[in-house]
Amino acid sequence: MNTTYVPADYLPILIQMGLALGFIVTTMLVTHAIGPKRHSVKKDDPFECGIPVQGDARTPISIKYFLIAILFVLFDVEVIFLYPWAVNFKGLGMTGFIEMVLFMGLLLAGFFYIIRKGVLKWE
Amino acid sequence: MTEFLAFFKTLTPTGYLFLLLTALTVISAMGVVTARNPIYSVLALIATFFCLSGHYILLNAQFLAAVNIIVYAGAIMVLFLFTIMFLNLRREDEEAKTNLTKIASVIVGGTLMVMLIMIFRAKSSQLPVGSTVGFEPNTGMVENLGHLLYGSYILPFELASVLFLIAMVGAVMLGKREAGDRHF
Amino acid sequence: MALPILLTKGLIILVIFGISLLIATYSTYAERKVAAFLQDRIGPNRAGPWGLLQPIADAGKLFFKEDFIPSQASKWLFILGPSLAMFTALMSSAVIPFGDSIRFAWDNVNYDVNVQGIEINIGVLYIFGVVSLGVYGVMVGGWASNNKFSLLGAIRAASQNISYEIALGLSMIAILMMTGSLSVRQIVNEQATFFEWNVFTQPLGFIIFLTCSFAECNRTPFDLPECETELVGGYHTEYSSMKLGLYLFSEYINMFVSSAFISALYFGGFHYPFMNEVNGALEKSMGAVTGHNLATAIGFLVFFGKILFFIFFFMWVRWTLPRFRYDQLMNLGWKIFIPLSILNVVVTGAGLLYDFKYSSWLIVVVMTVLAVMSQAKAPKQQVVPQRTV
Repeated sequence: MNTTYVPADYLPILIQMGLALGFIVTTMLVTHAIGPKRHSVKKDDPFECGIPVQGDARTPISIKYFLIAILFVLFDVEVIFLYPWAVNFKGLGMTGFIEMVLFMGLLLAGFFYIIRKGVLKWE
Repeated sequence: MTEFLAFFKTLTPTGYLFLLLTALTVISAMGVVTARNPIYSVLALIATFFCLSGHYILLNAQFLAAVNIIVYAGAIMVLFLFTIMFLNLRREDEEAKTNLTKIASVIVGGTLMVMLIMIFRAKSSQLPVGSTVGFEPNTGMVENLGHLLYGSYILPFELASVLFLIAMVGAVMLGKREAGDRHF
Repeated sequence: MALPILLTKGLIILVIFGISLLIATYSTYAERKVAAFLQDRIGPNRAGPWGLLQPIADAGKLFFKEDFIPSQASKWLFILGPSLAMFTALMSSAVIPFGDSIRFAWDNVNYDVNVQGIEINIGVLYIFGVVSLGVYGVMVGGWASNNKFSLLGAIRAASQNISYEIALGLSMIAILMMTGSLSVRQIVNEQATFFEWNVFTQPLGFIIFLTCSFAECNRTPFDLPECETELVGGYHTEYSSMKLGLYLFSEYINMFVSSAFISALYFGGFHYPFMNEVNGALEKSMGAVTGHNLATAIGFLVFFGKILFFIFFFMWVRWTLPRFRYDQLMNLGWKIFIPLSILNVVVTGAGLLYDFKYSSWLIVVVMTVLAVMSQAKAPKQQVVPQRTV
């Protein structure tokens, strides 16, 4: 089992990156080159189920999505904090467990507040 | 010029990789500032984070590299994209920047730059010189970080959860709309 | 890293890359065949024997279609969207251990090269990172189209992905607590014996992980970003030719990769019952090099068997379950999965403190009992008497 991890372990990922980029660029170029091209005003309009286009799609969206994104950032950081704890779980033992329960308890209190405030309620 | 070439000859492959990554970092960071379209700015910022993660990997701080990508590139940048989608990105809004705001931003930015340069110049002589002898290469591994975080630094960690709680409450207070309000 | 090792690595990555593209291509065919089977139809059978050339015909058709860019779209972002989606999908397979290791002799030294792109200290976090980047392809593409349906689809997709990402991350924690490592290979090696497969010790984590990977792949019943009855085509409404192809293709690659992760994290990866006995017999009868490589090949095939089963499972579910409503989807992600996975972490931790691995079953049992009780308590639906004709 490999126990010493060095930066050189990451070298093969450059190969995979090169392959992926090559595939994507080739596909894009080929499909751009061999497809037909016919332009007209009506055809180049965005699709709107057949009716004339009303304005464009650069409009504000519901603030719900924005709140979800903020909460996601908070919970994401929380999950990241759990990773080093989980890896060391056996070493930390009971103390570590109690520490994490405290941490989670405070977070769950916030989570409970969010649910009670109806932020996650969708009509 | 010859000194420059000689310097290049002394570099190890890691050194070349470092130089390449640094160049990419600086270029993409410049892109963040110079791009006219904010979406391009966000994408350039994501590229910058990737280059920084590359630096972390070169330093063998693997956990930090992953966290940088997950939290910054994967979470905070998504929030930025959402925010930009909120804004009206139409052409006519760009005229709103008056000369006064431009001058003010130049002054603020310039002062900040001068301050940073002064600090670097004043403090650069006091920097401890790192030595590779006796350096534990596995310091940045997740196991060692966990021991440190949940051992010596347990109080800041628990305080972070209080910070999260406050952040959640703040977000809800700012963003909550009562039934019947406009949602945007 | 020595040159022969790097070359072998490159070869392995090339092969895995090719296989994942091949499987993604043939998943489209398999999907149509499975759909046909479940709906009592025949499915594609014109191109080649049993319609086997159908995916190639489809790809050719997509290549020759017009590469259409709407006049109001942001051109470069419109191109960047599908490229990003495809790029993140293609990069995600790097940390999966597809097999044990390939052994070869070079200058009289035996080298063992893992059948895996990169074996790193943070494998599980790599998965998590790639998953979190998957949002960008959809979001950039949908926004750049400058079409209302695309925008709605993109926002839905982004919210759905980020909501389920938290539960996905949390459900993996319980495994890490038992393994004590973030390396995917080490997690796989911990499951060497059949009854230590994580699906037996972590049933709840497995169910949450499986459901979240459905949501992350935008597969039915979580395909709200592209549901045609509400949003025409969702985020790829305006896309055509191979740009659309890349979006669809990346979905199938994601399906393949998540199947691989499910098999690696919960179903023992390349391990199968009595593997050690088989490996020992092979190495004894064929020598350390050939026998070892043959044993690796068997493990590789077993792993792909598991992957193919899960790809089939994805398709099976698609034609079995109806689509969720958006509020149901968000409630499931936030109000059920997140508390449940936190509970799972706490209960597993409490069990592990007393060296008891199977404590996660407690939640499953309690939940089943509660479900049965609420069923029993609910008022019986009145049976409408059948009208005789």
